[in-house]
Amino acid sequence: MNQPARMKVFDDKEDFNRRKITIALAGNANVGKSVIFNHLTGSNQIIGNWPGKTVEIARGKLNFENYEIEIVDLPGIYSFSTYSLEEIVSREYILTEKPDVVINVVDASVLERNLFFTLQLKEMEVPLVVCLNQIDVARKKGIEVDDKKLQKLLGVPVVPTVAVRGEGLYSLIRSALKVVKEGPAKQKIIRYGDEVEERIEKLVSFIESKPIRLEYPLRWVAIKLLENDPEIRKLIPDSHKDIIEYSESLSRELEKIHGEPGFSIISSERYSVAGKIAGQVQKRASGEVNISERLDQIVMHRVFGYVISLLVIGGLLLWTFFIGNFFSGILSRLFEFFQPVDPQVSGTLIAILWNGAFGGIVAGITLVIPFVIPFYTLLTVIEDSGILTRIAFMMDSLMHKIGLHGKALIPLILGYGCNVPAIHATRILESRRERLLASLAITFAPCSARTIVLLGLVAVFAGIKWAIILYIIDFLVILGVGRIAFRALPGETPGLIMELHSFRVPSLWVVMRQTWIRTKSLIYLVFPIYIFGSSGVQALYALGILDPVGRLLSPLTVTWLGLPAITGILLIFGIVRKEYILLMLVAIYGMNLSQYLTQIQFVVLAFIGMLYLPCLSTITILAREFGWKSSAIISLTNLVTAIVLGGVFYRILSFIM
Amino acid sequence: MMDERLSENAEECLEAMYKITRNGKRVSTSALTEKLNVSPSSVTKMLKRLDEKGYVDYSPGKGTNLTRKGIRNARRITRKHRLLERFLHDFLKLRRDRIHDQACEMEHSLSDDAEMALCQVLGFPDRCPDDQQPIPPCDFEFSSCEECMERREKGIDEVNLRKSDTMSLADMKEGESGRVVFVRGDHKVMRRLLDMGITPGTTVRVLKIAPLGGPVEISVRGSSIALGRSIASNIFVDPDKSE
Repeated sequence: MNQPARMKVFDDKEDFNRRKITIALAGNANVGKSVIFNHLTGSNQIIGNWPGKTVEIARGKLNFENYEIEIVDLPGIYSFSTYSLEEIVSREYILTEKPDVVINVVDASVLERNLFFTLQLKEMEVPLVVCLNQIDVARKKGIEVDDKKLQKLLGVPVVPTVAVRGEGLYSLIRSALKVVKEGPAKQKIIRYGDEVEERIEKLVSFIESKPIRLEYPLRWVAIKLLENDPEIRKLIPDSHKDIIEYSESLSRELEKIHGEPGFSIISSERYSVAGKIAGQVQKRASGEVNISERLDQIVMHRVFGYVISLLVIGGLLLWTFFIGNFFSGILSRLFEFFQPVDPQVSGTLIAILWNGAFGGIVAGITLVIPFVIPFYTLLTVIEDSGILTRIAFMMDSLMHKIGLHGKALIPLILGYGCNVPAIHATRILESRRERLLASLAITFAPCSARTIVLLGLVAVFAGIKWAIILYIIDFLVILGVGRIAFRALPGETPGLIMELHSFRVPSLWVVMRQTWIRTKSLIYLVFPIYIFGSSGVQALYALGILDPVGRLLSPLTVTWLGLPAITGILLIFGIVRKEYILLMLVAIYGMNLSQYLTQIQFVVLAFIGMLYLPCLSTITILAREFGWKSSAIISLTNLVTAIVLGGVFYRILSFIM
Repeated sequence: MMDERLSENAEECLEAMYKITRNGKRVSTSALTEKLNVSPSSVTKMLKRLDEKGYVDYSPGKGTNLTRKGIRNARRITRKHRLLERFLHDFLKLRRDRIHDQACEMEHSLSDDAEMALCQVLGFPDRCPDDQQPIPPCDFEFSSCEECMERREKGIDEVNLRKSDTMSLADMKEGESGRVVFVRGDHKVMRRLLDMGITPGTTVRVLKIAPLGGPVEISVRGSSIALGRSIASNIFVDPDKSE
């Protein structure tokens, strides 16, 4: 069994004994790869109706019959030509790690575009199985796809599936295993137009006549050379410059005939072949009114579109408020039963540490269950249905004001649940600059924990009106700071290019699965920080280390912000967990807070608490994604903004209240 | 190059009309008088002359609209004007309030060859510096700027003129469709658009235009794609005649 090197002999009977195989899932964005991956491996992949979630390669295991199969979920891409991170990762994986079989997941409802990618995989001569997914969506759009005919035309097995319901996945794996066992059928070459084909063949035989060995399929190399692909040109050693020269002269000939540059000729040809195949296998039932298009008329209407966008986002936040507040109350009372939840700062050190750790767990639970889970559940529904991309479409021009495009709205909304996964989700954006801008905006978005503080301080002691006003101010702060940062960070904002998929009824399975995955990753990061952070900071306080710090901060807190001196300490606690600001206040003063703080102080404190620094978990993920320097800059931007605006806000409030 | 030479005043008149409406809609003589800052009688005289030569459709009392030939010429002169503004602003660092008048002087004497070279040197700009108006695409038969650059590198001189009309996707109305003829933009954007199936010759239909300079949703090869307004304004199609 110990094979020294990976041998790629498929027609050998020995392979029958091999039990370990690798299957890679490849295809366009949002065609259902992650759904299939999850079904097969039961593992952690985020699924949604917006393109571009898988940037790192996800791997999972599946035991099937006697096989131990490693499933690899490649990022969703449209081709191998632009050298985005995703494309490089996929190309490298397929060409160098050589999976035993590649399952190309194809969206049956958008066949032509998907086949464009299939053709490229075929050119790379990988063992291929085509998974014709979303045949139900296609059917609803009035498109019937003849899978048998497609199989014949492509020369590779085609398996129709409805991945969200798990339909067809069994036969998909069977087909894949069959390819591994029996070896792929003889490669059927899909021919391009005569002029192009002739030159591909000429170049292939020219390269063949040279004494060089390339690791990649010759035809693919030839096509890529005709496309003037810079990476492939690098593969040709300097001693064989004549290959490059010859390919250049051939591609010049093509340019003369077609009047377009080489790379676009090949793309056009590929698309025309894809279009021809799609035309031959598709039957369009006419006359059916497409519900998705009708919905688009409303959701993307020039007036109603904005109304709906606001209603959806507002609804999501309100739902989280009310549901969260309700359950959070119940849960806190439940825990109270066992042990006081409020932070203790007197007694033995052990007792304080234990109280902190317990408080951390409770805080985690009373945050995650009541606030985060309902938020993610509804968000996933919105996402999976396809409304979220429409909202991104409507909000594109607004997002441009802060140097981002519409797609950045998606992580930003996520930030209202918790900043941590939101910052991770900025990976869907094109450049580092955009990701930084989006992350900065996210750190100002009031997450669930900040919402608790807001509700607990302001809504209770100053009225719900003030909570809403603070929310609106926060929104304006995001716009303002975003705009300044966008001016300060040089670079151009890339335009939006985003596929809009058809609406679909969200699948319960997908929604539950994804909510759980998001929640889980949050728990892993947040709980330890909560538990250790809480104990640590309570111990520091009990040992009297924080008092001098609080006094040191008093010019800022008392003089500039008009808050009680204790706030300095509260805010230090709040870095670990934002809700600490509220909890510590209660621990120190008891429930009857209004005796100690004025209305203005409540509002200012909540305002500062909302903006002043990202929590420790957020600072950590920022550092992980962008490095400590950027993390520090973003945190400082938060701090400065909060202090400056807080002081101004305090003075305005004193004037009007 | 292909049309008889027009007088500077005639070119100014076409340019002014194009600035009022890019789509060849009717323009009133009074609006034109105001824009050109000359007497109404000389405007009327000029319009009559342009009408005779087939650049405009002039009907007294109702207003004037540019003909297809007129739009082409107006666009070319507008393009030269805005390219020159970029040059004066970016290269010669002239003050923003000076560039307009200077460009007005220079645009009439700029040859087509010089126009192409200017565009290449400036890196294929798409907006003019003073009021961020779009620079119309060139009239040469290129499907992308890269192609233009390649010709230059290889020293190929002869270039055909485009036979088809060009209209940017951002200027179209919802429901209109056309065949892609030219995409302006850097390599990366070009490739991404090609990968999405927006290849030269493909028919695209505008489905939705978001208000407030928002994106444009198009249908291409059976799928919907949202394009930011700046990208859409750099994709030029030969519009299908209304059915």
